[in-house]
Amino acid sequence: MIEVNELTKRYGSTTAVNALTFTVRPGHVTGFLGPNGAGKSTTLRMILGLNRPTSGTATVGGRRFRDHPRGLRHVGALLDATAVHGGRSAYAHLWALARSNRIPRHQVDEVLQEVGLANAARRRIGGYSLGMKQRLGIAAALLGDPPVLLFDEPLNGLDPEGVLWVRGLFRRLAAEGRTVLVSSHLMSEMENTADQLIVIGRGELIAAESLTEFAARGTGASVTVRTHEPDALAALLTAHDALVRPDGEGTLNVAGLNAARIGELAFQHHIPLSELTTRGASLEQAFMDLTTDHVEYRAGESR
Amino acid sequence: MTTPTTTVRATAPEPRPQFRDLLAAEWIKLWSLRSIRWTFALSAAALILFNTNGVLADYRNWPSYSPQLQASYPAAGYEDIFVPSAAMVLMLVTGSIGAITVVSEYASGLARTTFTAVPARGSLMAAKSLVVAAATFAYGALVAAASFAVAQAVLSGRHINLSIGHPGALRAVLASALLAPVCALIGMSIGAILRHTATTMVTTAALLLLVPEFFNERHHWTAAIAHAMPYLAWQRLWRLDELGFPPGIHYPSTATEAWIALAAWPLVAVPVATLVVRRRDM
Repeated sequence: MIEVNELTKRYGSTTAVNALTFTVRPGHVTGFLGPNGAGKSTTLRMILGLNRPTSGTATVGGRRFRDHPRGLRHVGALLDATAVHGGRSAYAHLWALARSNRIPRHQVDEVLQEVGLANAARRRIGGYSLGMKQRLGIAAALLGDPPVLLFDEPLNGLDPEGVLWVRGLFRRLAAEGRTVLVSSHLMSEMENTADQLIVIGRGELIAAESLTEFAARGTGASVTVRTHEPDALAALLTAHDALVRPDGEGTLNVAGLNAARIGELAFQHHIPLSELTTRGASLEQAFMDLTTDHVEYRAGESR
Repeated sequence: MTTPTTTVRATAPEPRPQFRDLLAAEWIKLWSLRSIRWTFALSAAALILFNTNGVLADYRNWPSYSPQLQASYPAAGYEDIFVPSAAMVLMLVTGSIGAITVVSEYASGLARTTFTAVPARGSLMAAKSLVVAAATFAYGALVAAASFAVAQAVLSGRHINLSIGHPGALRAVLASALLAPVCALIGMSIGAILRHTATTMVTTAALLLLVPEFFNERHHWTAAIAHAMPYLAWQRLWRLDELGFPPGIHYPSTATEAWIALAAWPLVAVPVATLVVRRRDM
């Protein structure tokens, strides 16, 4: 569990993070989303005790991370995959980290196996692709088998197969009861990765909710529903204040209700559904709308 | 939203943090870099060759030396154990190695990973200092001992017998060996404070080699600064007392002062660097 409370960081007259409050719960993959420069990395660094907050607190499992003499068994973090020494082998890099935390050597072999770098482990990291460096960074985060994991932009540079693997890994880590926080500046990356979202813009909290709830916020949010009884469903949903448009044979385009609610209503009224899809574009749209609003709001505010 | 059913994970029991784990980790980090291994090996070979060359010049020119000059041996021969140009190269090499051990972490961002693994930054800096000091002292001791052995072998060909038991001989060898960790820790501290590769290298080289050039031992106040410089402290300990002082030195330091100067640098630089590292945002 990560608890961030009224966290603020100022650099001179610029405020990078402003009174940020949110909680990241175990058992979920939580997306940490915001445009470039929103303060995501600064927030992660404060959680990890690398930067001192100007005010407010950030705790992991109820304790300031910085108060742990050794960190790997408490939090695993991937901050920047390229932040490695090119002259060292992946094995030496991981073994030095493990040794500093008294983590046995076999754990190094295990995480290398886990991320698929076992065969490249003795090669110098300098020759690695960005995707391989991401895998190495993930391996380092897993070394201490920690209950909390932070990943800053982990999908950068991964090939499609790698992206699938990472998503599966994150879901598995969450299913094991760990707290998993994944940052990104791209909504599309989070769509199939996270189930909870924390969205920030200009250092302030915009939203902290489930992905489904978030999707429903967008002005263009819509759900595609397919059924044998389109007329009955359309009438039902309209009665619940949804905006329903027919979209081809047996297909409806619904705005104003989220997929979960539509499914629930259909189930209650015994209308079988053959498809229920939240349209991807609406998430991206919701993100854009919210962050744009926020920027405008901020710009108009006198400071 | 449904409330998630979270299984409470049993975290693995954490062993008590021990300082020697950090020493071991820093040791692995130092020796896993091929560039560091090569720098140690090649520069050690070069330094021994420098010193060999110095003592070979003595050997070759011996017949043409004036009787007066010949009479100054074997005392003068001890200066060939470690020639000043070799001392300067040793300072530059070890200062750079010390600087690289921290600057390479900051420049690449690896320092964030390191401090996330070990949030106890003070302990980490202490471990790094000890590892750097131990490795460079071994390096300095090897070069100084090998150079002494070579000088002994070469000069015995002219029936000049050098002995480590000669007054001041051991002091000269020890000072040459200790110059290495002193400079490495100065470089490491400058690196931790400046964090930038090029700036650190220039500052370290300038402080170790350039600054001593500006201060002679002719005036009282310049001598006071000169005596604090590692290079001049080494020179004081390197030269046998029975040879007296070269002309131009009006205010010589004592051997004790020179030892204090050598010790003071790391004893001040490392705590200051540690304080800066502990307080600064990463």
